[in-house]
Amino acid sequence: MKVVVVKYNAGNIASVANTLNRLGVEPIISDDAETLRTSDKVIFPGVGEASSAMNYLRERGLDVVLKSLTQPVMGICLGMQLLCASSEENETECLGILPYRARKFPGGGLKVPHMGWNTVSDLQQPLFEGIASEEYFYFVHGYYVETGKQTIAICTYGETFSAAIHHANCYAVQFHPEKSGIAGKRILENFLRL
Amino acid sequence: MLAKRIIPCLDVKDGRTVKGTNFVGLRDAGDPVELAESYSAQGADELVFLDISATNDGRKTFAGLVGEIARKINIPFTVGGGISSAGDIGALLDVGADKVSINSAAVRQPALIEAAARNFGSQCVVLAVDAKRTSDGWRVYMNGGRIATELDAVAWIKRGVELGAGEILLTSMNADGTRDGFELELTREVSESVSVPIIASGGAGSMDDFADVLVRGKADAALAASVFHYGQIGIPELKSFLKMRGVEVRI
Repeated sequence: MKVVVVKYNAGNIASVANTLNRLGVEPIISDDAETLRTSDKVIFPGVGEASSAMNYLRERGLDVVLKSLTQPVMGICLGMQLLCASSEENETECLGILPYRARKFPGGGLKVPHMGWNTVSDLQQPLFEGIASEEYFYFVHGYYVETGKQTIAICTYGETFSAAIHHANCYAVQFHPEKSGIAGKRILENFLRL
Repeated sequence: MLAKRIIPCLDVKDGRTVKGTNFVGLRDAGDPVELAESYSAQGADELVFLDISATNDGRKTFAGLVGEIARKINIPFTVGGGISSAGDIGALLDVGADKVSINSAAVRQPALIEAAARNFGSQCVVLAVDAKRTSDGWRVYMNGGRIATELDAVAWIKRGVELGAGEILLTSMNADGTRDGFELELTREVSESVSVPIIASGGAGSMDDFADVLVRGKADAALAASVFHYGQIGIPELKSFLKMRGVEVRI
């Protein structure tokens, strides 16, 4: 199986590659359009800031490539937000694959970024197969994607937001499966099995 | 619910884990890779790995260890010690660190916090502050506690957050290694002063100490070294204890 991790300026690529290696997969780390198009699975990781990441993707034509993919794609954290229509982070127009807007946590009494292990619930198959409701996953983010018809897991931190979304060939998770211990490993296994 | 985090800390010198008291009197505490794997398996929520090597050879060994540990654990991993440029940060993230902890270099050059946040995102910038109680409040120390600065700890932390730090690792030098309990008042004051998470460090001796700093001290996470390294407190039993005390923890 050919698994490509998208190489760009906001990827936590080492962590994702390490976890895939532990699952017996040697990912190809690439920003080449043809390599992405001919892969079986694409993982789109991300930590960092939305507008600079989008600029980087557009400058290299990766926005067009990502929108054209038909095989299973998994966006992680910022990757999830970049798959959305837009983000409140520096008013960024994103890829528009998921019909949502990433919103800023209002703060108030809550610490922002939302950082640490939080429970998720309302879990749907097949991505969450084998995972019990109220399992903990590791989150680090200052923006969140609202809930909607395509939400396949929710998390509550002040607001209730989408912990995961599934739309057509796209899966997206707000938490970091590569940093979420055994449960996170299971999510990646489930994705690779799609 | 968001869980409070329990974080073992590995101070590494020339490839070995060490631990002292009040920042001096180092003792060997084992192989860092073995300890990291064991803590990850026992349910640690995160690991902090600090390089206290004095030599360049020691630093190279450290970078190698960071990569080795990152390949073996699947929980968040913060590294620090001797970081003085955005280039240093990029190199550590490239070998698999998730966050970096900046201490003395941020005091000498506050713009480093800004540069780090801009280049890599606030979520990976941990401002580490070593504070010592003086007659006129809590003073920031640098160079592993060897050099006093003019900075007031709370004021410096507020500034650090404005510059882009995404988390604070607050160590009380007075409490460090004593096992007499965390510094509750300072931790609570800092936690209430800034909007980012606070990791309390220094002084863990009993399971009650952890409950105290997470509840009364309002810390988001508690970090300790010797009680874990020497087997005085096991992470699973600590988490069961905290849960019984009504603290949200990941079990």
